Amino acid sequence: MHFEYKVQGGDFARAGLASSQVKKVLKQLNVDAKVIKRVVVAMYEAEVNIVAHAYQGTINVDIDTERIVLNLKDHGPGIPDIPLAMQRGYSTASPVVREMGFGAGMGLPNIQSNADEFKITSEVGKGTNLEIVVYLNVPQE
Amino acid sequence: MENQFFHHALKILRDVCIGCSHCMRVCPTEALRVKDGKAVLYEDRCVDCGECFRVCPVNAIIIEQDDFSKIFGYKHRVALVPAVLMGQFPEELSPSEIYSVLLELGFTDVYEVENSVEVLVDEVNAYVSNREHEQPIISSFCPAIIRLIQVKFPSLVDNIMLLRPPLDVSALYCKKQLMDKGIAEDEIGIFYITPCAAKIAAIKSPVGEDRSEVTGVINMDLIYNRVLRTLKQKGVESCVVPEKTSLTERSILWSLTNGEAAHVNGRCMAIDEIHNVIEFLEKIESEEITDIDFLELRACDESCAGGVLAAGNRFLTVEKLRSRAVNIKAEEETLPDPSWKNITEYKGYLTSMLAIQPVTPRSMLKLDEDMAKAMKKMERVRRIMCFLPGIDCGTCGAPSCQALAEDIVQGKAAISHCIFIQRNMEQTRKLHPDHAYRIMEKIWGKDRFTKNCNKK
Repeated sequence: MHFEYKVQGGDFARAGLASSQVKKVLKQLNVDAKVIKRVVVAMYEAEVNIVAHAYQGTINVDIDTERIVLNLKDHGPGIPDIPLAMQRGYSTASPVVREMGFGAGMGLPNIQSNADEFKITSEVGKGTNLEIVVYLNVPQE
Repeated sequence: MENQFFHHALKILRDVCIGCSHCMRVCPTEALRVKDGKAVLYEDRCVDCGECFRVCPVNAIIIEQDDFSKIFGYKHRVALVPAVLMGQFPEELSPSEIYSVLLELGFTDVYEVENSVEVLVDEVNAYVSNREHEQPIISSFCPAIIRLIQVKFPSLVDNIMLLRPPLDVSALYCKKQLMDKGIAEDEIGIFYITPCAAKIAAIKSPVGEDRSEVTGVINMDLIYNRVLRTLKQKGVESCVVPEKTSLTERSILWSLTNGEAAHVNGRCMAIDEIHNVIEFLEKIESEEITDIDFLELRACDESCAGGVLAAGNRFLTVEKLRSRAVNIKAEEETLPDPSWKNITEYKGYLTSMLAIQPVTPRSMLKLDEDMAKAMKKMERVRRIMCFLPGIDCGTCGAPSCQALAEDIVQGKAAISHCIFIQRNMEQTRKLHPDHAYRIMEKIWGKDRFTKNCNKK
């Protein structure tokens, strides 16, 4: 099953819309509540990343009986130093964004800790591509 | 493991129901449909919030209570009354006057539910500060909220505080108190005067407990009527109980909005009204809102003051309870009987009884147990949604286009129930107008197209 969502950069008021849609779908598919939580938490963080940093983005969600694959592709500034961005607490968010309760530097590490597979590629000046996979049946270590 | 059977306090009287669909439109879990001109309840979705009861124009939805005469089957008949009962009556009436009428109606003892708050507060705080518990802790106070989480937010069941609510603690206390005096258990009847349907469901089919200590339930509106009638006929002068009470300020306010949250340490929030609660829980579930220690969630606007069985205006009830709380003097104390010991003397016993079992989810949202089948059904729902108008008019007998599409894939409805689809089918001559007429009659009942000047 495939779903696609568009995300607009800077629109914090609507951040989280796509992840709440996916949450509803997964509940209807009788996916285990703990798995749903991991998917939704990872997806929400990633969605907010697009809103906070990129101009626009697309989220593609593929669901089958084995796994859920989230692909988040954005047009934006890109990440120059991925290992640095993956460190807990590291953030480039502006003070304005932090005031809104975002940008604590927990985003990417939090996504990774909720994912079974996690891939990030980025090109400075072009954008970032995130692939998040959560297995449905294998218990998380 | 999911519960297969649950008791609902809300019942639809088919003979009285006029199929107006008001209830279907307000149900927060889309548990109602109209079929054959009558409202039909999908029991697995109902959380006993009572929103349907509020809007029914013909009182076809009833809240099942125990027959009042049931109390006389017991030698000792305790009326367990919530503080909001007081707020129903004119301010001139004192709590003790009202209680004296309750005794006159046949109860042998009257006890205020919120007395147990004084036993509970420390335990709630200890529970919330225990970091082993899933954060945020969601109060177990409102049974409609517990049921809402079970059916709509299954991933949050572990956040529910596994401590008995004040009602259960007070029931335990009353029973223990009487049994300690040598009274046999089967001679004790504990009857709760309820402001809502959810409390009845919680007593008849408890979540997290094997059985409830409460023997029976009497609806608050019935007591309201009987008390006022008795007072009108006999006058306040006949009251005998002195004007004193053992409730503390915080226990009087406990069942109101922010009653709990104000006394729990840490970052606490209080949210009332079921749609508000749903909106908030959506955000809690996806961790859009974090770092909250304790959530007090109540299904009714203004919490128990707005209970569906509360006869008084909820804002006036709140005002009266607040003024009672301000005027209370801590040293004043009245127990149902001078021989009763204060509840705090039973703190050790009650604390040992506080824990309840983990709450199990009973998700209503899944299209099928088997995920592969659920996916097929969802694909069908999405295809059907392409054809439905998306105006949620309810003419098909379902509350929304999405609900109709889901009913169709579950074999509970047909696409021809949609009036837009019918027009389309008639135009392409796939449906005869007579047939379309019969379909509408099947949903809304016979005679629905005849002139009727007496609509409610």
